[in-house]
Amino acid sequence: MKLTLKIWRQPSQNVKGKFETYSLDNVSEHMSFLEMLDVLNEKLSFEQKVPIAFEHDCREGICGTCSLVINGQPHGPLQGTTTCQLHMRNFKDGETIVIEPYRASAFPVLKDLSVDRGALDRIIQAGGFISVSTGQAQDANAIPIEKDVASHAFDAATCIGCGACVAACPNSSAMLFTSAKVAHLALLPQGKVEAQKRVLNMVRQMDLENFGNCSNITACEAECPKGISVSNIALMNREFLSASFSSNDAN
Amino acid sequence: MSWMTNALKPIGLVWFANFLTSSIGKKLLMSLSGLFLILFLPVHLIGNLQLLTKDAGVSFNLYSYFMTHNPLIKTVSYLLYFSIILHTIQGLLLWRKNKMAKGKIGYAVSALRGDGTNVKAAANMAWLGIIIFVFIAVHMYQFWLQMKLGKVPMVIIEGTEYKNLYEPVVLAFSNPGFVLFYVVSMIIIGIHLNHGFQSSFQTLGLNHKKYTPFIKYIGRVYAFIVPFGFAIIPIIVYGRNNLWW
Repeated sequence: MKLTLKIWRQPSQNVKGKFETYSLDNVSEHMSFLEMLDVLNEKLSFEQKVPIAFEHDCREGICGTCSLVINGQPHGPLQGTTTCQLHMRNFKDGETIVIEPYRASAFPVLKDLSVDRGALDRIIQAGGFISVSTGQAQDANAIPIEKDVASHAFDAATCIGCGACVAACPNSSAMLFTSAKVAHLALLPQGKVEAQKRVLNMVRQMDLENFGNCSNITACEAECPKGISVSNIALMNREFLSASFSSNDAN
Repeated sequence: MSWMTNALKPIGLVWFANFLTSSIGKKLLMSLSGLFLILFLPVHLIGNLQLLTKDAGVSFNLYSYFMTHNPLIKTVSYLLYFSIILHTIQGLLLWRKNKMAKGKIGYAVSALRGDGTNVKAAANMAWLGIIIFVFIAVHMYQFWLQMKLGKVPMVIIEGTEYKNLYEPVVLAFSNPGFVLFYVVSMIIIGIHLNHGFQSSFQTLGLNHKKYTPFIKYIGRVYAFIVPFGFAIIPIIVYGRNNLWW
C-alpha cells in the first residue's frame, strides 16, 4: 500500500516544530505501525536525512513506551491496542495519516514524536508502591483475597503507564493513570496498610506536575489501550476524601 | 491558592486548605455547588408553573411574595447566590488551569471519543456555563432585581397589596426575541445538566455498579424534563398573548 504521512518534526524541546509530509510506497499491510515508521526512517537515513524520533521498546503491548497520536487518537484508531500492536491493515491504501506527539504541558516534546513522560514516574515515586521488609516472601495463598477484588485490582494493574489518558484528555488530566495505580494497591491487603498516605502523596504530586483537572469526559477510558475504567477515578476520589479527613497527617 | 492556606493556618485547618486547593477538592466544590443548584431548579420550576394558572397572576404573585418573605427561604437563597458565584468562579479557574495544562499547541486532527456521557457537552462545560451565566445575569436583572428594588407595579389581592411581578414577566414573555433567548438558554442548561448531573456523582466518588446506571438514567431524564418545563412556560404565555390558544 501507498501512504502519505504528515509527521510532526521538532529538532528539540525549545525549537519550534512543524509538520513534514512524506510519502511511502510498498507498505505491507502486515507491518506494525512502528515497523512502517522503521521503514520510513531507513529511507530517510538512506537519503542522508535525519530519521524521525519516536519511542518504542517491547513492541508487544506491555511496556507502555510507544505513544503517538495517530489521526487524532492516542495509539491510533484500534480500540484497546498500543501503537506497536496496531497493524497497517487498519489503514487504507492511499490514505493520509497524521502523526503527532502527545500534547500536554506536563509532557514536553523532546524531539519529533518523543515526549518526556517523567511526570508519571514521579507520581509513582510519590506513593505507587508498597513498603515491605526484605526477607522470604510468604505463601501467596496465605492472604485471603476475594476473586472479584483480585480481578478488580488486576484490571487496574494492567495500566502500562503509557500516558494515552493524558494525551486524550482535553484537560490533560492524569487522573485515570493515578487512579489506576491508587486502586490497584488500595484494593489489596498489602496495599491497604499505606493507602491513606499513598493517595494523598500521589494526588499531591499529580497536582504539582501541572496536569489538568478531571471533567469526567471519559476520553481517557475510550483511548486507554488497556481499557482502564473511569470507575477507578471515583474510587480514588473516595480514597482521597477519606484520607484528607481522617489520615494521621496534620497537613 | 496559598491565601486559603494562610487564612486557615491560624485555626489549625491547613489540611482542609490543602484539601480544598487540591485538584480533587476543587472538583468536589464544583460537584457540591452543582448538586445544590440541581436541587434548586425543580423548586424554581414549581413556582414558575404558577404563571400558567388562569387567575390573572394571583397565585404567581402570592408565590413570589412567599419566596421573598419566608425567613427559611431567604436563608437558603443566600446559599443559592453563594453556590452560583462559587460554581462560576471555580469553574472559570479550573477552565484556565485545564487550558494551561493542555498547552499552546493542540492536535492538528481532533477525534474526541468517550464512553457513557455526552462527550461534546463534557468537553465544553465551561462554554455552556458562560452562556448560562449570561442568562442568569439577564434573568436576575430583569426579574429578581426589579422585585428586590421594588420597581414593580402593585396589585391588591383579597384586600392586601402585593408586588405584581406577574405583569413584567408576562410583558417580557410577549417579546418573541426574549422568548427565543429564554428557550435557547434552557436548551443550553439541559446540555450542561446532561453531563453535570452524573458527573457530580462521579466526582464525589459515588460510582457503583448497582447505582451508576440509574444515576445516569435519572440525570438524562432530569436534564430533559426540568429545562423543558421552564422553556414551555414562555411559549404558552406568548401563545396566550397572541390568542393562539
